[in-house]
Amino acid sequence: MKLIKVEHAYKIYKNGTTAIADLSVTIDKGEFVFVIGSTGSGKSTFIKMLYREEKPTQGSVIVGGIDVAKLRNSKVYKLRRKLGVVFQDFKLLPKLNVYENVAFALENLGLPNSEIRPKVLKAIDAVGLKEKTRNLPSELSGGEQQRVAIARAIVNEPKLLICDEPTGNLDPTTSKEIMAILDKINKESETTIIMATHDKDLVNQMKKRVLVIEDGVLVSDTKKGSYKVNESDKNSKKKHS
Amino acid sequence: MKAIRILRRSIRDSFKSIFRNFSLSMASIICTTITLILVAISLFLSYNVRQITTTLEHELTVVAYFKRDVTEEQKIRIENDLKTMENVDEYRIKTKEEWKAEMGKEQEILETTLDYLQDNPLLDSLIVKVKDVNNLKGVAEKLRKYDFVENAEYGEGMVENIIGIFDVISVGTIAIVIALVVVTAFLISNTIKLTIFSRKTQIEIKRLVGASNVAIKLPFVFEGFFLGIFGSIVPVLLSIYGYTILYNTTGGYLSTKIMTLVEPFPFVFIVSGFLVIVGSVVGMIGSWLSVRKHLKI
Ligand SMILES: Nc1ncnc2c1ncn2[C@@H]1O[C@H](COP(=O)(O)OP(=O)(O)OP(=O)(O)O)[C@@H](O)[C@H]1O
Ligand SMILES: [Mg+2]
Repeated sequence: MKLIKVEHAYKIYKNGTTAIADLSVTIDKGEFVFVIGSTGSGKSTFIKMLYREEKPTQGSVIVGGIDVAKLRNSKVYKLRRKLGVVFQDFKLLPKLNVYENVAFALENLGLPNSEIRPKVLKAIDAVGLKEKTRNLPSELSGGEQQRVAIARAIVNEPKLLICDEPTGNLDPTTSKEIMAILDKINKESETTIIMATHDKDLVNQMKKRVLVIEDGVLVSDTKKGSYKVNESDKNSKKKHS
Repeated sequence: MKAIRILRRSIRDSFKSIFRNFSLSMASIICTTITLILVAISLFLSYNVRQITTTLEHELTVVAYFKRDVTEEQKIRIENDLKTMENVDEYRIKTKEEWKAEMGKEQEILETTLDYLQDNPLLDSLIVKVKDVNNLKGVAEKLRKYDFVENAEYGEGMVENIIGIFDVISVGTIAIVIALVVVTAFLISNTIKLTIFSRKTQIEIKRLVGASNVAIKLPFVFEGFFLGIFGSIVPVLLSIYGYTILYNTTGGYLSTKIMTLVEPFPFVFIVSGFLVIVGSVVGMIGSWLSVRKHLKI
C-alpha cells in the first residue's frame, strides 16, 4: 500500500531558488528510506513538503491520502496528527521534564490524562528512557534528548516518522544507538520511516532503501543502497545559483 | 469533552504565562486598572448628572409677567396659544395677589410694605412648565414677543451653566476613557506579542504535533482575557465601597436636596459588571490583535 506518492513535484522558493525539480517517488507503508545528498541539495525541502511545512510549487504530494498541495493552513493539523517529526536540534521544551515533553504532544490534542499517561510511558520505554522520566532536557545527554524527541514523535502511534538529520549533532556511537531505536520502531510497529542524513557510515550499515537527491533532482533510488561517496563529493562542488 | 479539556489546558497555560512574565503582566493590569477606574468615575458622574438634570428639569418653569394693562381676552389668547405649543407641559395663571400672599408668607416686612402701598405693585403672571430643559429658552422668547407681556424669565444662566458644565465634563471624560481604552488594548496586545515571541518554540512544536489552530491561539486569547479581569478587581472594589461610602457620608445629595445622588444598590453592581465586561473585552481584543498579527498559522 502506498503511503506517500510524489508526482512531478517542484519547489521554487520565493527568492527564485529551485530546491526540488520534477521529483517523483512512491513509498510503501512500513518502509525505511534514507534521503541523502550534499548540503543544499534539497533533502530538507523534500521532507518539509511531506509534513506540509512547505507546499509544492507544482506537482502533487500525497501523504496518507491527503493532498498536501491542496491542504489549507487551518487543516494542516489533520496531516500532522498522522505523522511524527524529529529534527537535528531536538526541539524540546527546556522547562518541561521528559514525561511532560512527551505528554505535551497528546495534551494539545485534547486527550484525557488517563489516556495520556500509559501512552507516554510506553513511548518513553520504547526509547529506553524509563529511568529518566523526571529529568529536564538540560540534565540529559544529546543522544538522550534525541530519544525524548523520538518518543514525542511516536507517542500518538503515527504511521509515518520523518527525521531530518536526527544524528547530525551526535557522535558515531550515540548515532548508532538512535539508529537502533528507529530500526526497532520501524520493525515492531510497522511505522514508515523517512530519514535525511549526511552520515555515510550509518547508511551503509543499515542497508535500507536510499534516495539520492542532487541539486533538487532525484538521481538514484536503490533498495539496500549505500552512500555513493564519489558521486556526492563530485556534486557538492558545483553549487547551483 | 475534548473541547473542554483543551479549554481547561488553555486556561492553565494562560495563567502560567501571566505569572511567568510577571512584570509585563503587571504593567498591563495596572493600565487596565487605571482605565477602568476612569470608566467607573465617568459612569458614576454621567448617571448622577442625568439624575440631577432630570430633577432640575422638573423644577424649572418659565414665568411670564403680564403688563399692568393686560386684558382678560389677551390672557385667554395666550392660554390658547400655549395649548398648541408642543413643548409646553402645563401652565397656570398666578395673579399678583397670589404673589403677594406668597411673598408675605416668606417675609412679614414685605407684607407690611405691600399693604402700605395702595396698589399692588406686583404683576399678574403665567407659570409655564416645559417638557425639556432645552425648550426653556424658546418658550421664554415666544412669550416675550406678545406686546402685553412685560417679560418672561426662567432660571436663566444657572441651569444652563450647570448643564453646560456637566456636558463638558462628560464629553471630556468620554474622550479620555476612549483614549485610555485604546492605549490599554495596545499595551495588552504588546504583552501578548512578547508572550508569543517568547514561546516561538512551543508554538512550533504544537504545530508539529498537530494541535489545531484554535488550540494554539486560545491560550493567548485567555491570557488577554485574564489580564483584563485582573485589571478590573481594584476598580470593582473601589466602585462598590467608594460609591457607597460617598453616598452615605453625603446623605445622598449634593448641596441642595434637589441634587440627589443615584442610590448605590443595585447601581454599583451594575457598574461593576460593566467594568468586568469592559476589562475582559478590551483584554481579548488586545490579544486577538496580536494573535492575528504575530501568530500567522
Ligand atoms: N526558505 C527558503 N527560502 C529560500 N531558499 C531556501 C529556503 N530553504 C532552503 N532554501 C534553498 O533551497 C536549497 C535546498 O535547501 P535544503 O535545506 O532543502 O537543503 P538540504 O539538502 O537540506 O541541505 P543540508 O544538508 O545543508 O540540510 C538550498 O539552495 C537552500 O539555500
Ligand atoms: Mg537540511
